Amino acid sequence: MADKKKKVPRAKMPEQDPNVRRRNFKEVPLGLEAETAIAEAKRCLQCKKPLCVDGCPVSIDIPAFVSRIADNDFSGAIGKLWERNALPAVCGRVCPQEEQCEGRCIVGKKGEPVAIGYLERFAADYERNNGTGGVPEVAKPTGKKVAVIGSGPSGLTVAGDLLLKGHGVTIFEAFHKAGGVLVYGIPEFRLPKAIVANEVAALEKMGAKIECNNVVGASVTIEELFEEGFDAAYIGVGAGLPRFMNLPGENAIGIYSANEYLTRTNLMKGYLFPEYDTPIARGKNVVVLGAGNVAMDSARTAMRLGADSVKIVYRRSRDEMPAREEELHHALEEQIEFVLLTNPTQFFSDENGRLTGMECLKMELGEPDDSGRRRPIPIEGSEYKINCDMVVVSVGSNANPLLTNSTPDVSLNRWGNIDADPVTGKTTKKGVWAGGDIVTGAATVILAMGAGRAAANSMHDYLALGW
Amino acid sequence: MAKIVNRQEMAQGTIILNEIKAPRISQKAKPGQFVILQADETGERIPLTMADTNPKKGTITIIYMVVGKSTARFRDLNVGDEYYALIGPLGMPTHVENVGKVVCVGGGTGIAVLHPITRALKEAGNEVTTILGSRSYDLLIMEEQMRAASTDLHICTDDGSHGHHGFVTQVLKDVLENNDIDLVVAIGPIPMMKFCSLITKEKNVHTLVSLNPIMVDGTGMCGCCRVTVGGDTKFACVDGPEFDAHKGDFDELAKRLASYLDDEKQSFDAYKNGNAQKTGNFDKT
Ligand SMILES: Cc1cc2nc3c(=O)[nH]c(=O)nc-3n(C[C@H](O)[C@H](O)[C@H](O)COP(=O)(O)OP(=O)(O)OC[C@H]3O[C@@H](n4cnc5c(N)ncnc54)[C@H](O)[C@@H]3O)c2cc1C
Ligand code: SF4
Ligand code: FES
Repeated sequence: MADKKKKVPRAKMPEQDPNVRRRNFKEVPLGLEAETAIAEAKRCLQCKKPLCVDGCPVSIDIPAFVSRIADNDFSGAIGKLWERNALPAVCGRVCPQEEQCEGRCIVGKKGEPVAIGYLERFAADYERNNGTGGVPEVAKPTGKKVAVIGSGPSGLTVAGDLLLKGHGVTIFEAFHKAGGVLVYGIPEFRLPKAIVANEVAALEKMGAKIECNNVVGASVTIEELFEEGFDAAYIGVGAGLPRFMNLPGENAIGIYSANEYLTRTNLMKGYLFPEYDTPIARGKNVVVLGAGNVAMDSARTAMRLGADSVKIVYRRSRDEMPAREEELHHALEEQIEFVLLTNPTQFFSDENGRLTGMECLKMELGEPDDSGRRRPIPIEGSEYKINCDMVVVSVGSNANPLLTNSTPDVSLNRWGNIDADPVTGKTTKKGVWAGGDIVTGAATVILAMGAGRAAANSMHDYLALGW
Repeated sequence: MAKIVNRQEMAQGTIILNEIKAPRISQKAKPGQFVILQADETGERIPLTMADTNPKKGTITIIYMVVGKSTARFRDLNVGDEYYALIGPLGMPTHVENVGKVVCVGGGTGIAVLHPITRALKEAGNEVTTILGSRSYDLLIMEEQMRAASTDLHICTDDGSHGHHGFVTQVLKDVLENNDIDLVVAIGPIPMMKFCSLITKEKNVHTLVSLNPIMVDGTGMCGCCRVTVGGDTKFACVDGPEFDAHKGDFDELAKRLASYLDDEKQSFDAYKNGNAQKTGNFDKT
């Protein structure tokens, strides 16, 4: 335990130099050295009532895994993480720790919180690089078969949990690679695809079958999967329907949804064009609309694809920007400009339909709205033009109806999200569960995983006991 | 899976037919629907509307013109080879019912797309007049299948090497003058669809076209395929690919199809030279 009188500063994550990394796709944080990780772990006070655990959506036993790192028992640490979280290498990188565990950490009340995210990542990376590559043992086969639809963090969690309990699992994925947002959305420089592939390979070793290129709802329906002999199904298809601004000129060449921009770049590897065949526009003056993680990923991708200038245009102020703190910080370091309290009103293009600019209005903040954030109000007469040759619209996504159109007995809420029991994930259709972004709307990796875990427990009860 | 079981070259080798093993898709596919194919892991996702399906054999047929690197890579696949990815059936099927007299107009590889639609319309009891066009007769595809699928068939060639000397639009005009037509389906190059649409609009005949924007996923998750129809933005992959011709914005579609012209040329040239050269000012990771 740390000497309470002598304050040890929080570990600094070594990172690629911003001026170098803004032009490459290599991972930005380099990871802690073992020594630094141990020193950081020793900053933890091993609270009797650990507040950090309350902040964790999947209740990882944080003091337990951290103390193992402090004791140089790295495989013990990963064991503790795995008890609650199947994808620690992912979560250590992408969870909004400042709102969850670290935001509650007692050490943070007077100074800087224990770097729980860095430590989680450290333990997972250490295991991947130095561990035996073994996978947990699965229970005796139950003879039951489960269809998991969608291979994002939610679906992967359900698959892992049900495999452990001895059920047969087939994952159906619309794309040609498994991983969901982790492969098509979150860029390589933030989450190397090799890590996701490693997690997927572990599931396959545990016995999961993965059927890519199967768009459930189009290629096969859930009803047909039941006829083929599946006993239960989990829907974890994410929130894959991009929102646009619905402004004049929005179909100009050079205006992308973030989904398209990131899918071309990450999943299709457009950044390696022409070695990979899928092209991606390399905008010189790029504007990204929105201020969440997706917007930061788009902006930083544009910088890496050679932009001269990248602007985040957001209608509220810095305080309301929903992205993880680390992403905002990294974006600023990479010379991405924040144009706040500004909203576009129309897009301009040349005679070939190529984007040349957009008109914006300045905004001011009024009273709080439904989301509790102060509502932006346009300032009359404040129109001005921003010249740009590319815009990435990154203002959120809705539920994609492709699958749910084929399952009339799975009821939806008024936004088209699946109406699932908040505790068990049960839908209104017998034998069908759902979780992740398709239920909550676009949220986070850890919430999608948490929903997967809860559903897996409920599905196991159903498969084993019939309820 | 996705193994090529039959391959033919048509139109002097510029157009290729692949019959591909795809049991699930062949059972489900309806006229007007498309698939997305990828040659290998580094390939692009290319949407192609199915020209035929054979649920008994568990196969689907696609027909494409070699226009760039991706289709050249498809061309280089032989019988026995497999596509890396094949996804479908995607898009809304054609609404097929007995409306009376129908004219189907096809040009280029659009004829392949038109084929199952024409057959279904005739099977539904319609009297189907088909008008096919090509630059010259040796570039025309599927004449026999289209004759079998239609009540009667007209052929037009730009160079007069067979049938009517001139464009399909001229024959379409004649047919519309002399008959009470209830529906026109026009599928082919954008200018062809656009001009057919102008003619039928004058006559106030309901007309369908199949739009072919650039796509990525084909499931509505990216918006790459957006087209303007009746002033609204639609995603062709899920709302289409068929739309009311009189509401379509063909000029916007043509522009958007040219989004990556320079990249496509660069990539095709490199492929033809047999060296997929590397560019880029950043490290590969
Ligand atoms: C660019 C980006 C950055 C993000 N950054 C963060 C971050 O830093 N931290 C964080 O916590 N969260 C982040 N998120 C949010 C997080 O990724 C999602 O909340 C999470 O991935 C949701 O998981 P899921 O399993 O519900 O769905 P997804 O990850 O969306 O996976 C759904 C999968 O289902 C597949 N699918 C869809 N329809 C069908 C069908 N009909 N048949 C078969 N398969 C289908 C999809 O192809 C996809 O692979 C980010 C999201 C994006 C887009
Ligand atoms: S709240 Fe902070 S100090 Fe307490 S157990 Fe959690 S990480 Fe350690
Ligand atoms: S191709 Fe992506 S939405 Fe249509």
